Amino acid sequence: MEDQDIQSLIERVHKADSAVKLLTAVRSLASSGHQKAIPILIEALGYNNPGAAVAAVEGLINLGDMSVPYLLEQIDGYNYGARAWATRALAGIGHPSALDHLQEAALTDFSMSVRRSAAKGLGYIGWSKLSGLKVAEGQKKAIETLFKVLDDPEWVVRYAAVVGLQNLAVSLDEKSLVKSIFERLEQQLETESELGVCARIQLALQEIEVLGGKI
Amino acid sequence: MVDYSEDNKAMGSSTGQGSADDPAYTIEQALSNLQQTDDPSARYYAAWWIGRFRVNEPTAIEALLTALEDESDRSPDGGYPLRRNAAKALGKLGDVSVVPALIHALNCSDYYVRESSAQSLEMLGDERAIPGLIRLLDGGVEAAQQVEGKPHLSEPYEAILEALGTLQAKNAVSLIEPFVNHFVPKVQFAAARALYQLTENPIYGERLVKALQETTLQVRRSALMDLGAIGYLGAVDAIANTLAENSLKLISLKGILEHHLTQQPIKQELDDDLVHLMNVMDSLL
Repeated sequence: MEDQDIQSLIERVHKADSAVKLLTAVRSLASSGHQKAIPILIEALGYNNPGAAVAAVEGLINLGDMSVPYLLEQIDGYNYGARAWATRALAGIGHPSALDHLQEAALTDFSMSVRRSAAKGLGYIGWSKLSGLKVAEGQKKAIETLFKVLDDPEWVVRYAAVVGLQNLAVSLDEKSLVKSIFERLEQQLETESELGVCARIQLALQEIEVLGGKI
Repeated sequence: MVDYSEDNKAMGSSTGQGSADDPAYTIEQALSNLQQTDDPSARYYAAWWIGRFRVNEPTAIEALLTALEDESDRSPDGGYPLRRNAAKALGKLGDVSVVPALIHALNCSDYYVRESSAQSLEMLGDERAIPGLIRLLDGGVEAAQQVEGKPHLSEPYEAILEALGTLQAKNAVSLIEPFVNHFVPKVQFAAARALYQLTENPIYGERLVKALQETTLQVRRSALMDLGAIGYLGAVDAIANTLAENSLKLISLKGILEHHLTQQPIKQELDDDLVHLMNVMDSLL
């Protein structure tokens, strides 16, 4: 895409004078896949327009690793709504540099929908982007965080932690870590009060056993 | 459909007498406020509070039953505000000894007392309520008209139909069926929901799936909750694709999941439909 075209897409976002126009403008900009769209998409997370925010998050996730530094840089001191959307974008991208932020969000954010997406995101981090030693450290951190998230008062957050742990378990090579996840989930099954979460734990245990074959 | 805004209204009216978060407002205070008759608004709030915090004690039940017969607290249009709150609270305490009193309250002249009573009878799950609920369907759809100058129909049809479905009133199927074509969408959905619960005929589940395409968000949300409540497995993909908050989709899907889990032991291998359902839930997190 030519620079001129991306400029006109950006202009359309800034000139939008109705919720619907803003939504369509953000959508077009998001689908451009252009690096120059990133700061404007991040800006759109703070417009208090859920439709536009969803489109911007999708666009940022599709842009992937490129948007991570911008998201991390902008995330502090941002308004709460924008911060929540940015967390979702970081969870969807799964870059290891977002690990600290996702950990904090999964454990302490007051919105359960943010905690839930951060918890899932912790299970979908692209470890190959880290160098050897840091991988083990990061994985351990993600697992420990998700074990804590299993105590969240909201079922949907615990559900997301199970999903995150399952993905970690089937993607990890380190047998002792896989085993610790398997055992922690078995333990959770004993105390979990929500039937739906119990079913998800059961599915996770099955998947880890079948795909892993490493317990 | 449970209307949470009612609770908020009760909260709003409580200014100055201790709110839900006020530690100074105790069970003892709520009970004594409910038993006194000098301050109607304190009594009204106490009835709500006892339901909200599920104060399931004999004195609470007794005081609420008295409040359900109250004549003193009247709204300008002749309604019985205290009775409404008492009826609601009685549904939340889970004590079926109050069922006859709630059945009696289905005949109250105040529409909102009848509505709250029907909702509470549904919650209490006691089939003794069925004949009284069926009686409110007298005259069928023809009688189910808007009341002039009021924001509601002649009877609380939504609550009645939902209660009949939950209470498994199999003998009411032919009476409920015509309501699927009622002119108010929420009444149509309540009928479809009840008929699915009573017959498990997918036609009615599909009726609610169709509602997921409606243009108003409020209607789509309501259909999501109905599909979760009846556990209609055929709705899974339509739920994922409807335009609504993921949080509500997840609650709806969890409802369907749990509906099916209660029919098979959890230790058993999960069947493909449920695995698919959970994969969809995963994608919405």
